[in-house]
Amino acid sequence: MSLLAAEGLTLTFGGVHAVDNVSFSVEAGEVFSIIGPNGAGKTTLFNLISRIYDANSGSIQFEDNDISTVPTHRIAELGIARTFQNTELFEQETVLRNLLIGKHVHRQTNLLQEFLFLPSVRRQELAFRKEVEDIIDLLDLQHYRHQVIANLPYGIRKMVEVARALCIKPRLLLLDEPSSGLNPEETEDLSFQIEDINEELGTTVIMVEHDMNLVSQVSNRVMALADGKRLAIGTPQEIQQHPEVLKAYLGD
Amino acid sequence: MRFIRKTHYRQDIQLFKHEGQVFWYALLALGLLAAPFLLSDFYLGELSLVFIYAIAGIGLMLLTGYTGQVSLGHAAFLAIGAYTHAYLLAQGWPFLASAATATIFTAVVGGIVGIPALRMTGIYLAVATLAFAIIVEQVLVHWESVTGGFRGMAVELPAIGALELDNSFNFYFLCLTVLVACLWLALNLLRSPTGRAMTAIRDSEISAQSMGIHLAYTKTTAFAISAGFTGLAGSLLAHKIGYLAPDSFTLLTSIQLLLMVVVGGLGSLHGVIYGAIFIGFLPQGIAVLRDTLPSGVAQIPGLEPGIFGLILVLVLIYEPLGIYGRWLKIRSYFEEFPLYRKAMHKRQRSYLRTERLK
Repeated sequence: MSLLAAEGLTLTFGGVHAVDNVSFSVEAGEVFSIIGPNGAGKTTLFNLISRIYDANSGSIQFEDNDISTVPTHRIAELGIARTFQNTELFEQETVLRNLLIGKHVHRQTNLLQEFLFLPSVRRQELAFRKEVEDIIDLLDLQHYRHQVIANLPYGIRKMVEVARALCIKPRLLLLDEPSSGLNPEETEDLSFQIEDINEELGTTVIMVEHDMNLVSQVSNRVMALADGKRLAIGTPQEIQQHPEVLKAYLGD
Repeated sequence: MRFIRKTHYRQDIQLFKHEGQVFWYALLALGLLAAPFLLSDFYLGELSLVFIYAIAGIGLMLLTGYTGQVSLGHAAFLAIGAYTHAYLLAQGWPFLASAATATIFTAVVGGIVGIPALRMTGIYLAVATLAFAIIVEQVLVHWESVTGGFRGMAVELPAIGALELDNSFNFYFLCLTVLVACLWLALNLLRSPTGRAMTAIRDSEISAQSMGIHLAYTKTTAFAISAGFTGLAGSLLAHKIGYLAPDSFTLLTSIQLLLMVVVGGLGSLHGVIYGAIFIGFLPQGIAVLRDTLPSGVAQIPGLEPGIFGLILVLVLIYEPLGIYGRWLKIRSYFEEFPLYRKAMHKRQRSYLRTERLK
């Protein structure tokens, strides 16, 4: 049984078929990449999985649940975390507080307890902090812990966003163009970090990515999209030689 | 420069970060405790008013400064708190029960107002809350059996059991105690998950949702909490002004409250206190100024709101982070002396967002 299975997903904006009858499944423990030219529908597909958009038709199965109609804020609770193409961090807050928001789904206390900051809240805060520190160590963010996001360079923000998603302890992590805006060195670090996340934390990763080097380094399987349609699924090598994919990128 | 050696995570969640803060806050507390013995009744009364403004300001700051929801209708919550409290007192309720009920009732009304406000942001929300304030003002005028209409209603003298609170000495301590309690509650909230959820909504709704934050629930809660604090301030204000009439809670009051949090500094509880002092003492300052001006200028009608507006515009242009932001700069100037550079506080330009979902 696959971790995530999408069946016949379709979403249109007016006359544009942003995602057109796309089916695929992702196995637990995999790193699965989605590639495609601009406007292929990669980010739209992500927005469908993370329930920001409603599909016109089709279904999404995550573990044993059909998540096609689950409200957006319940996705994290179910174990799906995501990052955004152009980073959507909480700009006026410190890195630490951003990461702690990732722990929101694990909150056990209620409003009244929090108002009085009872010992239960204090214990919970310390436990959250410890778990957040593990993620900080994993992604080497120690230096930036108390810095406000608005003052950080872009590459660091990207990593903070990945870290924030990991604080949810997701079983499925969606990375939307994690390497965009990173320099070659940072991109190389990123590939190791994705491997760490996949192997050490056992998190399944779905990634939208343009950098074919990164894709072939870390992915087990790749899906190519163009004009909202699925062109091919296969290993990175297969996809790079697939005639349909070559046609979509290079023309006839 | 102060460097704090941290050896435990609890150091990051405690209220006082280091001994220096403990010292200065203790000194402030001593000063506030000694004030009633040193100041005249008039200034004690003014100080109580500042405390009341600050309590209402905490409410508005949680909503506007931390959750990012602008409200131009907070005078309505002030009025609901004040009238409920005065009405219950007139029915013979004891002071504490009446104030608590007024607070909770205002919070419930705030929560209900928050529900239609869920779909609005920015200027639309400001207009909606403004409309709410106008409706409440009309209700106060026309519901004569409860509010006394234009004639207004007298507020019973405050007393907890046998302890009379109507002299300025005792009332000062009442307001001070409530303010400190409210600050403590607000600080607790801000270091807990709900407070973080509120700031998350302010900074990015879309990713707050993806982090598992229920937007509607959190926004409604923020509205209710905000209204609750403001309602509590209202019940104290009722005693301060002694006689309630609809014209005590007009649009100008709402704007004054909003100015308080903006001038004080959005997104900080320090800002609330600075803003409250500013709002509380500005009329006195203008009165003093009026005496020294040539009579032709001093008699100009609207001088007060004019100066008020001028200061606001200057703050927005030269110090958008308000009085608290300016204070932080002054402090770092002394801490870093002589290495301070003007550019230190220039924020890096945020990255351009190309694909906003909303």
